[in-house]
Amino acid sequence: MTVELAPPPATGPSDASAAAVEVRGLSITVAQPDGTRRAIVENISFAVPRGEVLALIGESGSGKTTIALALMGFSRFGATIAADCLRVGDMDIAAMGQSALRGVRGSRIAYIAQSAAAAFNPSRTILSQVIEPLLVHGLAGREEARARAVALFRSLALPSPETIGDRYPHQVSGGQLQRLMAAMALITGPELVILDEPTTALDVTTQVEVLRAFKAAIAESGATAVYVSHDLAVVTQVSEHIVVLQNGRMVEQGDSARILTAPQSEYTRTLLAAARPAIRPTADAALDKVLTVDSIHAGYGRIVRGMPATPILADVGFTVRRGSTLGVIGESGSGKSTLARVIAGLLPAASGEVLLEGQPLPRAMAQRSREQLRRIQLVFQNADTALNPAQTVRDIIARPLAFYHGLKGAAAHARVDELLDLIRLPRALADRRSTELSGGQKQRVNLARALAAEPDVLLCDEVTSALDTVVGAAILDLIDELRRELGIATVFISHDISTVRAFCDEILVLYAGRAVERCPKAAFDGHSHHPYTRLLIDSVPDMDPTWLATRAAAAGPALAVSAIAPELCRFLPRCPVAIGGLCDSNPPPLHVDDGRAILCHRAGGPGDASR
Amino acid sequence: MTAAPPTRSAAARLLPMIAGRIASSLLTLFLVSVVIFVASSLLPGDAAQELLGQSATPAQIAALRHEMGLDQPGPVRFVHWLGALLHGDPGVSFVANMPVSDIIANRLPNSLLLAAITALISIVLALTIGIASAINRGGRIDSALNIATLSLVAIPEFLIATLAVLAFSVKLLWLPSISLVTPETGWAETLRALALPVLSLTCVVVAQMARMTRAAVADQLDRPYVEMARLKGVPFGRIVLFHVMPNAIGPVINAMALSLSYLMGGALVVETIFNYPGLASLMVNAVTSRDMPLLQSCAMIFCATYLALMLVADIVAILANPRLRA
Amino acid sequence: MSGALAMRVRNMRLSGRIGLALVLFWLVLAVGGPALAPHPVGAFIDQEVFSGPGRTFWLGSDYLGRDVLSRVLWGSRYTVFLALGAALLAVLGGTSLALFSAIRGGWTDEILARAMDTLNSMPSKIFALVLVAAFGSSLTLLLLIAAFIYIPGNYRIARALAINLVAMDFVQVARARGEGAFHIARYEVLPNMIHPLLADTGLRFVFVVLLLSGLSFLGLGVQPPYADLGSLVRENISGLPMAAPAIIVPALAIASLTVGANLLIDALKPGGKA
Repeated sequence: MTVELAPPPATGPSDASAAAVEVRGLSITVAQPDGTRRAIVENISFAVPRGEVLALIGESGSGKTTIALALMGFSRFGATIAADCLRVGDMDIAAMGQSALRGVRGSRIAYIAQSAAAAFNPSRTILSQVIEPLLVHGLAGREEARARAVALFRSLALPSPETIGDRYPHQVSGGQLQRLMAAMALITGPELVILDEPTTALDVTTQVEVLRAFKAAIAESGATAVYVSHDLAVVTQVSEHIVVLQNGRMVEQGDSARILTAPQSEYTRTLLAAARPAIRPTADAALDKVLTVDSIHAGYGRIVRGMPATPILADVGFTVRRGSTLGVIGESGSGKSTLARVIAGLLPAASGEVLLEGQPLPRAMAQRSREQLRRIQLVFQNADTALNPAQTVRDIIARPLAFYHGLKGAAAHARVDELLDLIRLPRALADRRSTELSGGQKQRVNLARALAAEPDVLLCDEVTSALDTVVGAAILDLIDELRRELGIATVFISHDISTVRAFCDEILVLYAGRAVERCPKAAFDGHSHHPYTRLLIDSVPDMDPTWLATRAAAAGPALAVSAIAPELCRFLPRCPVAIGGLCDSNPPPLHVDDGRAILCHRAGGPGDASR
Repeated sequence: MTAAPPTRSAAARLLPMIAGRIASSLLTLFLVSVVIFVASSLLPGDAAQELLGQSATPAQIAALRHEMGLDQPGPVRFVHWLGALLHGDPGVSFVANMPVSDIIANRLPNSLLLAAITALISIVLALTIGIASAINRGGRIDSALNIATLSLVAIPEFLIATLAVLAFSVKLLWLPSISLVTPETGWAETLRALALPVLSLTCVVVAQMARMTRAAVADQLDRPYVEMARLKGVPFGRIVLFHVMPNAIGPVINAMALSLSYLMGGALVVETIFNYPGLASLMVNAVTSRDMPLLQSCAMIFCATYLALMLVADIVAILANPRLRA
Repeated sequence: MSGALAMRVRNMRLSGRIGLALVLFWLVLAVGGPALAPHPVGAFIDQEVFSGPGRTFWLGSDYLGRDVLSRVLWGSRYTVFLALGAALLAVLGGTSLALFSAIRGGWTDEILARAMDTLNSMPSKIFALVLVAAFGSSLTLLLLIAAFIYIPGNYRIARALAINLVAMDFVQVARARGEGAFHIARYEVLPNMIHPLLADTGLRFVFVVLLLSGLSFLGLGVQPPYADLGSLVRENISGLPMAAPAIIVPALAIASLTVGANLLIDALKPGGKA
């Protein structure tokens, strides 16, 4: 417990004793079934100066959340916390009993969880939960608490701050709920705020605003903060210090600027490289068109005159050439996964056509021939659910071989081995069940199953979004290589514009079921874009600490619009550059030039679409 | 629970939902009546033949068949039967030769009394046991209660009843082993008579109810909002009362209703053992004597009660859910 | 596989091991009991009725002076095998219908689910009484009635499992590949339901034991000359005032079988504490 016994490792701030948070030799262990203890976090030491922000960076399993919770004396699943020093302000957290800790949690140390939607109690009003820390710690009466909450709502830029607290959690948006949780944490004026991936569950366009609100609110309160994240670019915007973690151990720590510019460890360099995907060269053009999608309308419910009751996709079309990749990008609810289902025939289009090498395919899967089915393969987002847990890797890959190619016995065995080589998995894994594989390995098997069909078209639906950045980057490399080698036309669906930009030959932007922009990679930089594409590009944080500060706050909509007619631009309610009398009365024209297409009144005209 | 005053729009959204639940229950009840009628009237063969015995002449049988309406097609007979049932006329008992409605009117209050007392005791006990187990998850109390309730749900009612009789009537001579109650029986005497049947039935019901309550509460305790409340420094008692219970109320009520349906099965055995003049023992007699009109009516009452219980639970769950209410 | 099984038993908590022992005990008796019975099942061999345990009659005699031990050994055979058969039939029927329902979806599913809901909303013992009154209670009929009554319960559980599985991406993958309904049911969905289905079979077994012995106790189940454990309790009910083993032993026998099965199922549940 003394300083002499445990020499402090080199920490960022020079004077650790002045630090608001000091951690030395922190280890967290869980009991094993055989009675021994396993360390999930080992020998962690860092310090945070008063009023500054320290980021804990790492991938899943790095122990970053476990460490953050330990600062509140809290551990999940009966894990045990031990430390030479675990100090927050003048409190020795490691020495405090449960009731003392309870008195500190929510009053002097506050927590902001990853998913506000799960962390808010669905049965109680927001206000009652936001002011609860004040009430249970006896820090304010109900009236004063309410006034404080409203003031915080206002400073967090929440709409109708007087009344938003009377709603239930399901009645506000995800971004608002995340800010409301910040209000719940900050309401007691805590010395330390712990933010656990607070923007990860949000769409990229929402993330920026929430990040900005957090940063301002924390700065205003003067609290010290620990920010847990997997995203280096996000962390760059908010933190002065970074601790890089891997498998429960510290890899490196230091000032943010130093870590970003001069990383010392190999692992940090890998993380940085994966976060900034390298632009791949465009595939050789002028090859035959493999997949053509022609003005697809699709959705759910009964179809009346070519329009489904709940339309999702409206008038979407594109072509993909052999060996090239089309990136489809959009936020959640934009219809990008529906597009993949329509092409695969899982959801028959209401109107429009899917053509394979010029031959129209029946809309519904049931009407397609086995050969037609074989030529289009779908790779699902989440390999955890896309692989049957009751089957071995060999069963999984061998099934399409038998089904499409009639391969059985030794021939099938040999072909499975070949495919495993192709996706770079050891052959020894073939007889494991998929549940025994890591996330990246599962996604490789998922890919191998699709390749076993020897398809012409590969539909990849968010195949890296459930993976850690480094693992995902390796999968991307593999897909990129295979489509070139095997000449497969790939449709790559993603919510992440930087991935799509690095990886795809052409980019299709979906907004609310419409293709608002189509653009070849070569023409992507330095050209004007649809206002929504511009918003997406501007929302991706740069690895630059000044990015958030310099990026202008998103302009509100140029026009106050309530409900819009279906034929008008879908982006109108959010568009900062909409033109009154034009955008709100006429459908947007499709502006085509130089292989690019933009669905916008501003495109090509005076006052370019981009800004 | 923070109950926002229900606005007009909330009522406008809830009423169709509740009306839908009621309609669905009525449809189920109708289908149940079809099943009961088909099983008890159409399939078993010729009631006229059975009533008259082997020695009856074909002419006598035909006459009785006509009189009973058995010569009409099945669907017509069903419509007549259901129509009469809806008008409160479930027919005449084959055996007692008196209106089924009179027989049932004699017995039903007894069964309701038994069920009401049992339900009251069971709900209080089960809530206590269920919540105590849930908040001690994995602890000694939880394990002990788990084994106890797990065993109790698997023990046949007649074992509990016979052991209770042995203990309290045969050895201790405290309570009567036969529960004869008539309208003239005084309150104190009635309660004494009911003690053993209630004890036996409570054992049957409470174990099931406590297990389901525990599951419902434990499920809520695992939710992230509970961890969030702990990280806000909210005391555990307050978490259970103000965070968990408002969310658990729907599932808990559902568990109560489902377990109360065990009462009916239990009552068959318990009423028979104690010679208690209730509806369940009446139904057992109806089966023994193949008294179909009486049997049908008893079965319909039990099924309707079950459906009503589930309906109430559903409606409470709808009303307790803020996503639907607010 | 047997190694894994042995591991499971070794890791099981005490209550589970007791349950396993009780279940195995009754299974062995059900198979070999009649061979072990010291006296013929229907022989009147004791001068006294309701005698207590003694050297000649280990568990005493019943209301007609027959050997209780022999009658229990024979009775356990009917109780165990009727229940086992009915439980297996119920799970076979319920799960087949559930798979059909979940994979076909649409109207097929809605109609089947509604029909099963209807049957499920009749308390099982009440429904059993109606069916017994309608059809009678031969051994075969009792087996079929018990199976039929517990089909809807299994259907509901199996359908919930199957619907979750059918919505999983790997089933979508199989559909997109062009696989037929049988392949999907047999190779994609069913193998992932086996554990909960086994647990449900055990539960149905307990339910059927309780239902059939309850019926027999009411005189509406197994009929003479056959007698299951429930019938033994019924026929000796007049021995209750003297606490005769003739009534206590068969009642305890049923309870030990069902409690044992319940403890075993609970201990095998995934997530069950070691």
